[in-house]
Amino acid sequence: MLKYALKRFIGAWPTLLIMIAIAFFMIRVAPGGPFDSERKLPPEIEARMLEAYHLDEPLYQQFGRYLAGLLKGDFGPSFQYKEYSVSELVMAGFPVSLRLGGLAMLLALVVGVGAGTVAALRQNTRTDYTVMAVSMTGISIPNFVMAPLLILLFAVYLGWLPAGGLGGGSPANLVLPVIALALPQIAYISRLTRGSMIEVLHSNYIRTARAKGLPERVVILRHAIKPALLPVVSYLGPATAAIITGSVVIEQIFGVPGLGRYFVQGALNRDYTLVLGVVVFYGVLIIVFNFLVDMIYALLDPRVKY
Amino acid sequence: MAALDAAQGMPVEGRSLWVDAWRRLLRNRAAVVAAFVLATMTVAVIIGPWLIPFDYDFTDWGHIAIPPDLASGHLFGTDSLGRDLLVRTLHGGRISLLVGLVATLVSLVIGIAYGAIAGYAGGRVDHVMMRIVDILYAMPFMFFVILLMVLFGRNIVLIFVAIGAINWLDMARIVRGQTLSLKHKEFIEAAEALGTSTFAIIRRHIVPNLLGVVVVYVTLTIPQVILVESFLSFLGLGVQEPMTSWGALVNDGAQEMESSPWLLIFPAVFLAATLFCFNFIGDGLRDALDPKDR
Repeated sequence: MLKYALKRFIGAWPTLLIMIAIAFFMIRVAPGGPFDSERKLPPEIEARMLEAYHLDEPLYQQFGRYLAGLLKGDFGPSFQYKEYSVSELVMAGFPVSLRLGGLAMLLALVVGVGAGTVAALRQNTRTDYTVMAVSMTGISIPNFVMAPLLILLFAVYLGWLPAGGLGGGSPANLVLPVIALALPQIAYISRLTRGSMIEVLHSNYIRTARAKGLPERVVILRHAIKPALLPVVSYLGPATAAIITGSVVIEQIFGVPGLGRYFVQGALNRDYTLVLGVVVFYGVLIIVFNFLVDMIYALLDPRVKY
Repeated sequence: MAALDAAQGMPVEGRSLWVDAWRRLLRNRAAVVAAFVLATMTVAVIIGPWLIPFDYDFTDWGHIAIPPDLASGHLFGTDSLGRDLLVRTLHGGRISLLVGLVATLVSLVIGIAYGAIAGYAGGRVDHVMMRIVDILYAMPFMFFVILLMVLFGRNIVLIFVAIGAINWLDMARIVRGQTLSLKHKEFIEAAEALGTSTFAIIRRHIVPNLLGVVVVYVTLTIPQVILVESFLSFLGLGVQEPMTSWGALVNDGAQEMESSPWLLIFPAVFLAATLFCFNFIGDGLRDALDPKDR
């Protein structure tokens, strides 16, 4: 196990390097540039701008410069938000996205696994159909519709919760965005849980556990839940990395200053360093979470060996 | 004794996994109803637009942004440009169903093959294959789409393939996770002991046992790709006006939710109904394909 973890740690570095290289060159090959605008800049000024950001150098030299910067923890300056460095933007946005996304994932995990298990135990009954139909609304109604509906209902008509903003970090402001973020995840987690739980409940060892008279609660919590969670855990790795780096739609609708908007804005503005910065950040999270997932496999199912 | 001989002489007809699964699927009422609704929907979006006296890009100047109305023939009302919503919803259904099926199929095939091979091979092969998946996860999706567009021009089929080519990553990881657990089970060891070739083990023993989880995940992928398409359209990278899709219609409708709610409600109901059908068919298929449940 420890040997495997060490191997993964060593393997992570070339993975990260290739990730950065592909992203770097892909972003540069795409047409358009950071200083394109409706009004054409005078050529002298454009040349000076390109020079100031080292964009006039050959591509491989820029790549080397970028990597050297990364080693020192410097992600470079943002082209669009000229007063800020990319590190500053990421560090300002990430805590917000992490808090919203982390809470949403936690909520989704509890509700999703619970709903999936209940549905599996009452397979093909009215309870099953109802629970699954409700959980499906999370992905049947897209979040850009669901979020305004939640605001309309809970903020405008009922007036229970604030409509948007962070409100200095008060918990009431977090409720609606967290729910809006969690709903699609609940659909995924509950459906994956239901499917694999049904499969596990048909196993011989579950029959044995029931035959020796164990109470249903123990059969589920001690024996069935661990292998049943395997596909959920597979899904959870990348999903967690994605949700804690923010969602453009949710951030825009609730007016939350998170990380998600940079993925889209950066790409549309050709803000090379900003896009690359968030991609590298996201990539590190992907590597870390997929490593954790593989460790959890071995904990959940002793048959899994590497 | 004679009876036994007779019994031995009778050809025992082996039922394949698929025949068996098909029979069990037909017994699941929710799945059959859902399949029927979905088939009706498919026929409607294919032939419907020909039966309606309006074109999807025709502006009816006398009826701009009217609610559903029998007298003028605009059964679902019209949008702010006076275009008939019913015909646009049906047209959008063509695109959305097509993107849902094509992209999901692409991600399904790649995901299963990739995940099962990585999981079964294990060791270094698994390590390298999964690091490639990690790399692809972090690839900036929007630049990938922009680049495809530059290389091949604006092409709807291409966008479907691109969406599928991104979506197989989750599928591959889920399949690989299940395979890691499956491959140490007794029946796989038995197959190995019998000298079954690796390819045959993956195809005949691993993959059929994965189908339950895969089918469930497919029912989750279809809505996802339909919405990704609408996101791309929103950014101007997907289908272009006056063409439309359910995702795009719902997106436009959401902007005018309070002034013209019908613009949101009708496409959203079509989208949600379709997704519910896929959901119940998926659950029926999962039950039908479960090798432990016969």
